[in-house]
Amino acid sequence: MERPAWAPQGIDISVPSVSRMYDFYLGGSHNFEVDREAARKAMEFMPGLPKVMQANRAFMRRAVQYATTSGVNQFLDIGSGIPTFGNVHEVAQAADPEARIAYVDHDSVAVAHSQAVLEGNDRAVIAAADLRKPQDILENPQINGLLDLDRPVALLLVAVLHFIEDTDDPYAAVAELRDALAPGSLLLLTHASYEGIPLSEEEAGGTVGVYRTIRNPLIMRSRTEIGRFFDGYEMVDPGLVAMPEWRPESPEQLAQEDPFAYSGFAGVGRKA
Amino acid sequence: MSIPAQSSGAPDAEPDGPEGRLRRFATIWSRAIFPSTATSLSRPEFEEHLLPLARQLSDILHTRVFDATPAHGVGASLVAAHCTDPDALSSTLGVVDSYLVLYCGGNGPVELSTEDSRARCARIQHALAGGFTQALRERTLAEQEAIARSALTARSDAEQALHATEARFRAVFKDAAIGIGIADLEGNILEINDTLTRMFGGLENHVRSHKVNEWVHPEDSPHVWRYYDELVRGEREHYSVEKPYYRNDGTVLWTNLTVSLLRDSEGRPEYQLALMEDTTERRLLNLRLRYEATHDALTGLPNRTLFFERLEKALAPREGMRFGLCYLDLDGFKAINDSLGHAAGDRLLVEVADRLQSCATAPGEMVARLGGDEFVALTTGPRTQDEVHELAGRILSALATPMRLDGRELTVRGSIGVVEGPSGERTAAEVLRSADITMYRAKAAGGNRFALADAEADARAITRHGLTTALPAALDRGEFFIEYQPLVHLGDGSVHGAEALVRWCHPQHGVLGPDRFIPLAEHTGLIVPLGRWVLEESVRQANFWQERHTDGGPLRINVNLSPTQLHHPNLVAETVDVLERSGLEAGALCLEVTESALIGADDDLLKPLRQLAEMGVDIALDDFGTGYSNLANLRRLPVSILKLDRSFTQGMQHHPADPVDLKIVEGIVSLAHSLDLAVTVEGVETGAQAEQLRQLGCDTAQGWYYARPGAPDRIHSLLLADAV
Repeated sequence: MERPAWAPQGIDISVPSVSRMYDFYLGGSHNFEVDREAARKAMEFMPGLPKVMQANRAFMRRAVQYATTSGVNQFLDIGSGIPTFGNVHEVAQAADPEARIAYVDHDSVAVAHSQAVLEGNDRAVIAAADLRKPQDILENPQINGLLDLDRPVALLLVAVLHFIEDTDDPYAAVAELRDALAPGSLLLLTHASYEGIPLSEEEAGGTVGVYRTIRNPLIMRSRTEIGRFFDGYEMVDPGLVAMPEWRPESPEQLAQEDPFAYSGFAGVGRKA
Repeated sequence: MSIPAQSSGAPDAEPDGPEGRLRRFATIWSRAIFPSTATSLSRPEFEEHLLPLARQLSDILHTRVFDATPAHGVGASLVAAHCTDPDALSSTLGVVDSYLVLYCGGNGPVELSTEDSRARCARIQHALAGGFTQALRERTLAEQEAIARSALTARSDAEQALHATEARFRAVFKDAAIGIGIADLEGNILEINDTLTRMFGGLENHVRSHKVNEWVHPEDSPHVWRYYDELVRGEREHYSVEKPYYRNDGTVLWTNLTVSLLRDSEGRPEYQLALMEDTTERRLLNLRLRYEATHDALTGLPNRTLFFERLEKALAPREGMRFGLCYLDLDGFKAINDSLGHAAGDRLLVEVADRLQSCATAPGEMVARLGGDEFVALTTGPRTQDEVHELAGRILSALATPMRLDGRELTVRGSIGVVEGPSGERTAAEVLRSADITMYRAKAAGGNRFALADAEADARAITRHGLTTALPAALDRGEFFIEYQPLVHLGDGSVHGAEALVRWCHPQHGVLGPDRFIPLAEHTGLIVPLGRWVLEESVRQANFWQERHTDGGPLRINVNLSPTQLHHPNLVAETVDVLERSGLEAGALCLEVTESALIGADDDLLKPLRQLAEMGVDIALDDFGTGYSNLANLRRLPVSILKLDRSFTQGMQHHPADPVDLKIVEGIVSLAHSLDLAVTVEGVETGAQAEQLRQLGCDTAQGWYYARPGAPDRIHSLLLADAV
């Protein structure tokens, strides 16, 4: 593991972590009581949260499959969190055993866990870095050792940008990453939004409050604002849509989706 | 839960065949538990995933020798497919209970009774639930352990990184080139690094045994302890000062000290951090540089810079305080340097410096070397009027003892200019200039003596200096003009010509005669352009007279030539040029050369004069009789006129004339005439004189008796008067 060069962040597992809360929503046990407590509190405001997460996972799975079928077999998953079922490397390497995956997260526990999970997989790595410092990611030796940035890469920003506040300029970070990627690269993105949630903004706002309390503010952005992350990309059909609407496997599936799965937006763009 | 109306089974399966019924069961199962799963699989995929499990359940139901244990595995498979929600188990059990026998009961090779089927189905549910629970428990434990281990790894990584950081900080602290110390707010020293200990003399205990506020030094700047108090009270974040400390051996350590306040995470003042840089060496170096900048490297005496600092201090107005300055220049030092070499000259200067130093040992006295062989001695106090004379006397007698240099004895003498006066009246530059001028007076008087400054002598020197520097611009600005003094035929009293006399109309000093500035112009070389101007102007004027006054015979113009002009290579060419351009004939011009300028003149010097004489220009020997006139030499010189100095005619102003003067003039005239030289006399002031000189045979005369020098139009009117 690449350690930060100077004064590392302390590891305090008495503070809830969004990665471990995410794991809890998905039925995993890679979490501690503090994480579960925070997650349960958030679910009091938005009981369908696990469905939102599940829809995220399902979108990611379909989008990764789309990437492999369109010939992109390098993946850079930023904000990968705690590895659980249906990880990018599982989905991608099932379709193309040569697929290479670099995971990035800034949560030390998630990184340590990913390391354990990825042991023995020489086509997948995990790097400790922060989306707010794209240069650190692009210059990371592990990532550079695995991915060839001269060839197209699928960049996954799944359920991560809504944790970056405007003061940290997420648009600049996304643009910097885009500029470093080869033409033909894909951006796979989901983002939370008040739009699509089957609740009033006041009700859903309770969830936002929980995340603010644990010092990981959840930034709800409008569809237009989310669309701006795709500057420099051409949207792949069907564009920026609710997660279940992005290339559903069957019309029947769509009909049976949970209403909470429609919270937020998903899309894939291709760099010209 | 309703029975689904349509099957999503494989197309090759008969809808009502056993396979179709199995698929129907899997579909129902999938629909029941999909909502409680967290899988990322789509519903059809999930259903495909359940199909083998459904087949397994169907097979268990129909085994000949019934054994429910394999249903354990089906429960475990559900957990593996991320159906970890307890609802997934209850929904599964409900689906098995309601539909397993219904859709799969008749599918097997063995026909089962309804009772038997229900019993088997119940046993299958027990086993499935057991398998699910066990798998979920194992998975939960495994994941809990995994995440705990990851947290531990992350923490130990972080600790290692922190440790590495600390180790780096420790290394910085330990090996820093500056001294670092940390103390609490009471001033107790908590940590110091080796550098700081070394700076304080190497004893750690010496540093630690004192509180910070005990490190007082008499040379502390006045505000340092105020800054300290403000800092420990939390009113100041940091301060930087230059601060001395005592080392354990009592010597002084000078530091550049920066103290910062360290606060805890709540912002309360906690520690003070001191960073100190040892500047002792640098201070010493600065002192040395200051010494070198203010002392003469050869003799070690204070130099010009330091002397001026002291002199200015001595001249600053202070009641009752006076100063006395001796400005010494060695006599003939250049000769010593030239003959014995610079090394010997330098040794001599060192010896002189030593002797001078021994002359000025009282408080308020100093000796300095200004450069070369120029030294000064300064005395200050209320009684310098007497002291400075004594000082000058001591210096001269200190020099009087011969010096041994390279085995030979040398006597060095010096000239001293002495300036003395009250403080607060003159600037250092004025005093030094006065001393310099006075020193030159002492030197001019023969050296080996001192002279006292005198305001009039200074003023003269200063005026001379001012005139010298103003000369070039004066010529450009046309401040010079020419007056003409008539030359009169003694025989008939007619105006025979005029001598051109240059004047300077100085903007401050008024009209100055040639004695005031011609020597200066000679000295600076300006005489050449000035002389040319005088020649051009007089010749032009003479020509003008010629044209206006055709009936009075040829009118001559006399112009003085200075020694420098005489040596100038262009003298002949320029004179010819001036004559040609004006149109004046050469015979109307007379150039006056002083006798002294021609003493010892060789042929090279006389050649241009000869050339001019050959052209017809008259050459007059001016001031004849004032030098050591070499009468024999007269034959060699290309002169045609002798101008007798006024000193010969003074004795004839009154009747009866001095008989010796008469004899001398008579002799000279006789001699001149025998050499074919005309004689002009100057300084004729009375009619008696004029008559006497006429009787003695002199040819021409000039003087106040006839006319004072004046503007050119006055000559003109004299001519007109003549003509009448």
